[in-house]
Amino acid sequence: MTHHEKPRMPLVAALEVLLPLRGERVIVTTMGAAREWPKLSQHSLDLHYIPSAMGGAPALGLGLALAQPGRDVLVLNGDGAMLMNLGSLVTIVASGATNLTLMVFDNGVYEVTGGQQTAAATAERRASVDFAGMARAAGFTSVRAFDDLAAWRRDAALALQLPGPRFLVLSVQRVADYQLESAGPLGARLARFQAALAGK
Amino acid sequence: MDYPGQRVVEILSELGFTHVVWLPDSAIGPWESALEQSTALQLVRVCREGEAWAIAAGLHLGGKRPLVMIQNTGLFESGDAMRNVLFDLGLPIPAVIGYRSALVPNTTDTACRFTEPILQAWGIDYVVVRSPDELPRLAEHFRKCRAAIQPGVVLVAEGRM
Repeated sequence: MTHHEKPRMPLVAALEVLLPLRGERVIVTTMGAAREWPKLSQHSLDLHYIPSAMGGAPALGLGLALAQPGRDVLVLNGDGAMLMNLGSLVTIVASGATNLTLMVFDNGVYEVTGGQQTAAATAERRASVDFAGMARAAGFTSVRAFDDLAAWRRDAALALQLPGPRFLVLSVQRVADYQLESAGPLGARLARFQAALAGK
Repeated sequence: MDYPGQRVVEILSELGFTHVVWLPDSAIGPWESALEQSTALQLVRVCREGEAWAIAAGLHLGGKRPLVMIQNTGLFESGDAMRNVLFDLGLPIPAVIGYRSALVPNTTDTACRFTEPILQAWGIDYVVVRSPDELPRLAEHFRKCRAAIQPGVVLVAEGRM
């Protein structure tokens, strides 16, 4: 684990970098990314995993990747959610899926519930755990960590083209006032998403 | 109680399942070899049962026919993931669940004691298979649930603690 204080980038600016790069990727969002990504993108291959079982987005993305091996799947996860299901790192690698990118936006807090710190970001530690190291230990070979927005802007395209599965962790700033706007009726969203996957 | 894995795989293949997402126990664990050798079924191993429901959800949304296969202790463990997938997302994901201690007379195993009440509380349609002779009930139940577009569980009774 690293215990140093990391610089952090704005979440929205980090997400904006993905807009011209997403192509026909399936994008699964949860937590903070699920709040911001719909303001940036209304693509039919976006699945805002709301309501979710916290920690389940990487697994749901893996299921999509296994079902649709011809598509690349990008999961935008939070650090608190990642901590809830670290075993999914092992599961993803063991599955053999190569068309999956798992991104973790690490802000050190449970933003959805008001900004309480995670167990990984205690006052003593003052920063989160080494998610990139955990991913490597689980067997990911394509792992990148970004603390700096300029570096992320420069290297994002390359990072998304590394051999899959890929694990990317970005240190992002905390948002003080978390307000999730309605993503719309879930049934309609799922129907639209399934139709897009089926190419209808 | 030993349930023949090859027969189970045949039944699941006939039902059109494409993926078995599992974390085994002593009731379903002996099926591993048959599942691995199946050309019709892809075995997906998870570290914790909650992952199984979410992976199955992704497979289902992506056009496949997944089956979750876990122990009853894993049913308890994965409650929130199951709630989300079956009731929030409304996906009719079926499951085979090892029913620990169900064949042990006068068992004090609380995993056994709470299994059926939990399924009843969640309103999940289930049947219990208590011997290899009853395996056809598995196919009957899943066909019924599929026709009704609803989730369904088959509990596979075992007798070892």
